[in-house]
Amino acid sequence: MAATLRLEIVTPNAKAYSEDVEMVTLPGVAGEMGIYPNHVPLVTQVVPGEIIARRGGREDLLAIGDGFVEITGERVAIMADMAIKAENIDEAKAEEARQRAEARLAEHLDDEEAAVVKAALAHSLAQLKVKRQHRT
Amino acid sequence: MPSTRDIRRRIKSVKNTAQITKAMQMVAASKMRKAQQSALAGRPYASLMNQVLGNVVYYAGDITDPLMEKREMRSHCVIIVSTDKGLCGALNANLMREAARFERENTVYIAAGRRAAQFLARTKRNLAAEFTYKDAPLFGEARAIMRFARDLFLEGRADQVSVLYTQFISTLTQRPEVVTLLPLSEIKAVTAGVDGVKAPEDLMHGSTEFIFEPTPAQVLGALLPHYLNFQMYQILLEAKASEQSARMVAMKNATDNAHQLIKDLTLEYNKLRQANITNELLEIASAAMAMQ
Repeated sequence: MAATLRLEIVTPNAKAYSEDVEMVTLPGVAGEMGIYPNHVPLVTQVVPGEIIARRGGREDLLAIGDGFVEITGERVAIMADMAIKAENIDEAKAEEARQRAEARLAEHLDDEEAAVVKAALAHSLAQLKVKRQHRT
Repeated sequence: MPSTRDIRRRIKSVKNTAQITKAMQMVAASKMRKAQQSALAGRPYASLMNQVLGNVVYYAGDITDPLMEKREMRSHCVIIVSTDKGLCGALNANLMREAARFERENTVYIAAGRRAAQFLARTKRNLAAEFTYKDAPLFGEARAIMRFARDLFLEGRADQVSVLYTQFISTLTQRPEVVTLLPLSEIKAVTAGVDGVKAPEDLMHGSTEFIFEPTPAQVLGALLPHYLNFQMYQILLEAKASEQSARMVAMKNATDNAHQLIKDLTLEYNKLRQANITNELLEIASAAMAMQ
């Protein structure tokens, strides 16, 4: 019986995270989910939010964007359009990105552009959320 | 026998050509680095996506999606991803040779890149649409191509959708490749095609059924289109990396050849000059002799 899970997070730009963890919490489309080893195989979508990976008594925090997750007994594979470790988040930049995206949303946009801007907004919100919780 | 002036002129013109090809080589080299990087960076995501989709399709069971529907193949849609510009060696020639293999009667083509469109127009094949993509392909561009192809498939105007593109292997090697995108039940071909990932069967031993949250239909409905778009995006990246690599190599060869040519011509020029001087000396000597 595996006591750890292989957590892999990849984005179109890079492999963001690949570690053996004891437990992972992720923002599923139907609510937050905590995954332990030997979870039943499951496929679901993830929404922008925060991932907490518990590894050797420490917690790794990541902000992720939209994506999919595939869970098998020993592996959690997350494909997201964004993934940033908490320590790499630049709060000022994220805040700036959020304001920019909100300003753009107020303008008149076609569907394609609106989708892009909404994704950007969700990304910056997820980053801010992770950063602010991390501090307290 | 060319005069010394003719040779001098040739040398000058070859030098100019060398200068141009050298500049193009430099430009291609810097673009190549960027294109290769983004192509390689996208591969882990693409292969993971492939694995997951392989599992999902394999275990979806009775759940089907219109995108997975397998039909008798009467018409075939082929997306050709070529370059916009030439001067990249045999890249496009190789691609078009593959393109010409599909049957003329029942194949509809979608061109991405101007070279493919020109080829199809020249050979009078059935061109359904033409798309362009930039030096740094955007996800939106891939999505536009895929949306068009998906509509063709869903409306029943094409029973299979394949992509013909140049797979980037290394700076020196690029290989034209055909990958079937739709219907998605043919996912195994895609899995094996992109970067030789294991087929879904070997990945799957041991595990049982998958749970889909919230519902299989919803997960498939989101996953399948995203998978297709991303696959197309990765293909554009691969094609770009191939193009820039091929151009860099072609231009490097051209520059080397030009330098070789300059060397040969300079040698010939010097020989001719020497011969002329010898001739003149002879003439002077013989004239002096005659005077005596």
